[in-house]
Amino acid sequence: MNQIPVPNDIPLPLPAPEPVLIGVLIFFFLLHIVFVNFMVGGSLLTFYYELRGLKQKRYDRLACEIASTITANKSIAVVIGIGPLLAINTLYTVYFYTANALTGALWISIIPLVVTAFVLTYIHKYLWHQMDWIKWLHLGVSAAAGLIFLFIPLIFLTNINLMLFPDKWASVHGFLSALILPNVFPRYIHFLLACPAMTGLFLVWLFRRRSDAEIAATGFARADLIRIGYQWALWPTVAQFFVGPIALFTLPQTQGPLGPVIAVFGVSILVAIVLSILLFNETRRPAETIGRSFGAICLLMLVAVGLMGAGRHLYREAAIAPHREIVRAKTLDYMRQVEEARQQAAVQGAAQ
Amino acid sequence: MDFPIFHLDIFGNRGLVATIAILHVLVNHSLAVGMMPLVACMEWYGHKRQDPRWDKLAYNILFVAFLITTTVGAMTGIGIWLSVSLVNPYSIGSLIRVFFWAWFTEWLVFVTEVCLILAYTLTWRKWSEGKAKERHIRLGFTLGFFSWVTMAIIVAILGFMMDPGNWMTEHTLWSGITNPIYLPQLAFRTPLAATMAGIVAMFLAQFFTSKDAAFRNEALRAIALWTLFFAPFVFIAGFWYYSVVPDFMKANFGVALTTLEFTDWQEKFLQIALITVVAILITVQLTIARPNLLPRVALLAPLFVIFWMTGHFERVREFVRKPYVIGRYMYANGFRVDDYPLLQRDGVLAHATYSNPLTDAERAGLPDDLGEAEREAKLEHLQMGKDVFMLTCSRCHTGHGVNSITGHLQRMFGDQPWTPDLTTGYIEGMHEVQPFMPPFPGNKKELQLLGEYLEHLQKNKAPIPGAQTAGIIVHAAPALRAAKIDQSETITR
Repeated sequence: MNQIPVPNDIPLPLPAPEPVLIGVLIFFFLLHIVFVNFMVGGSLLTFYYELRGLKQKRYDRLACEIASTITANKSIAVVIGIGPLLAINTLYTVYFYTANALTGALWISIIPLVVTAFVLTYIHKYLWHQMDWIKWLHLGVSAAAGLIFLFIPLIFLTNINLMLFPDKWASVHGFLSALILPNVFPRYIHFLLACPAMTGLFLVWLFRRRSDAEIAATGFARADLIRIGYQWALWPTVAQFFVGPIALFTLPQTQGPLGPVIAVFGVSILVAIVLSILLFNETRRPAETIGRSFGAICLLMLVAVGLMGAGRHLYREAAIAPHREIVRAKTLDYMRQVEEARQQAAVQGAAQ
Repeated sequence: MDFPIFHLDIFGNRGLVATIAILHVLVNHSLAVGMMPLVACMEWYGHKRQDPRWDKLAYNILFVAFLITTTVGAMTGIGIWLSVSLVNPYSIGSLIRVFFWAWFTEWLVFVTEVCLILAYTLTWRKWSEGKAKERHIRLGFTLGFFSWVTMAIIVAILGFMMDPGNWMTEHTLWSGITNPIYLPQLAFRTPLAATMAGIVAMFLAQFFTSKDAAFRNEALRAIALWTLFFAPFVFIAGFWYYSVVPDFMKANFGVALTTLEFTDWQEKFLQIALITVVAILITVQLTIARPNLLPRVALLAPLFVIFWMTGHFERVREFVRKPYVIGRYMYANGFRVDDYPLLQRDGVLAHATYSNPLTDAERAGLPDDLGEAEREAKLEHLQMGKDVFMLTCSRCHTGHGVNSITGHLQRMFGDQPWTPDLTTGYIEGMHEVQPFMPPFPGNKKELQLLGEYLEHLQKNKAPIPGAQTAGIIVHAAPALRAAKIDQSETITR
């Protein structure tokens, strides 16, 4: 009969105080996810504008501008992701490795998938003009890279979700069955919407600092480019007001209390409302004043993202903490038995 | 091992880790650690002589390195981690707890390295004049230094896995880092990376200078000199490295260098290695003395040879530390040395939370004349036998694929029935005959169950799925399950 597993943990102490590891995990994960947003969002917007560029050439140039940022963002996204991976390995060893093993085939396929997506991104970026005569293939390369970029976060999300529910482990038979666990898709859509939103803000930053000559080369006015960025930031953020609560209320019940989780997410919704109003105002501003609230918008986005990260961690703790205590007790008991058996063996060895 | 067991029964778990790790080392050593300082030197040399051809060549080589290191290089680095966490979560989990801050520091250095390579590549054309160029060259050397530092930190962990040194008693990060193999291994890998980079750069330079024969000869000669400068240090440091490998590991060299079937090839392998090294030196000498006589294809030979030798070196390094995965602390099967008295007393099943369920295909092949009760009892034994196999053997062996346990039994016992009496006798004492094998960690009853399972594998060739496809069975009270072995009668039909 399948029951909730209580395995032994690794019998070595944590390498740092738990709050330090939690700090590393949350801070660097958020930094990582922001660059992942830029990477995935950049990839999607590039494809969209390149497609529009088939009719209006200046959109092709805009797509090329966005594409030129993806390769740097993807490198930073990958490398920043290692830090939180280290922390999660240490803090949630039993849970993380178990989820990895249960979805192992897809989990390890992240490596060839990411390599393929990166190579396609380089081909797309560096052969942009050489492939002008086979635009359909160039678009195909972009679409393929984009689809892979969309799929990889789903693998991560499925894993991270699965690790929270030891009671589900025995019912999982590979990635697909882990994928259909509650809450995976609402969280995934929440993530997907964040990609163009964050990339929109990134584009505002980018086009604010580009030289006049570079802006002129795109065929757009600076204010128009900034407005495009804001619009991408605004409408997906508005959509989050519908998706976010669905993601929140489809979270499975936990043994630990969920009050703090709901409170933190509630505050983040309030912040997001103010953020959306500022974004909306920016999209309506004339060329002379557009971008005036950029600093405030970034700050509010930072706060919202930080609150999301904190809420996410509180939920994880609510889901895992009671089980982790049982694992700790069992591991201690196991180590006691190990010591007892060693002494017994030593006595027997001496007697022989 | 108290995790659900990931298992690749055709390719083998070790094959997965080895493929990713060797690919990473080849890319990392040749195109990052060794190549970045070489490219910076080429850029500096071109600037000093005001010769734009050197600058162009340096950029072209850097661009190739940039494309490969930021795709295959970076991702295989992470891939080692992901694959080891699947194959042997206990070892990587333990290493991370010991070396967290070393890895954390290495990660910060790696972040810096990636930012530097992005900056170095993307500013090449912008920072091309006067002070900006000098700044760019300094950037190149800084990048080279950071590439080396990332390797220097990781080598501490690799050395620790072979010989933890004083960590066994002190249990501190510093005692882990200062393991006796650290410095010799670092001294070996540093010139190895520089030599590999030289050979790769020579190979690439031919293509990037094809329209200018005079410059091609000049460039090949200069890069060959770089290679020749570092090559002797590979041998000197290699000898130092070899001298600090614990003696009991050296006994494994014969097997590690080739395969179990060809242990007597050690001498022959060393001869081949010597010939290939001489071939490299001859090619490099020829490049220095008469670059115009060198056919393009000739540089493929040292490129292939040094990649082959480095890959083989990694394989040997991985193998010789057996029977341990972390020297004297944890066996290759994932059980700690300290766990053995308990496991050999109670059995591994008494402390295993998970089972890998038998599939329908794996259940096939039982005798037709078994009654329902006998059949159920036999299947229960097979399930437990399979669990013993998965817990104690599957980290290194497959059932029917690469390095399969059935392959070894076939080689030893041929087509005669692999009865438990036949196989368990061997398994019980195999660590004495084969020093690279860990002792069997379970108790006598589990040895018998394993024997029954191996007997079944002789007839049933179905692949053994891992938890990633077949899922798991959870045992809330594994001790009770193990106690059932006492109550059931062994079925050997």
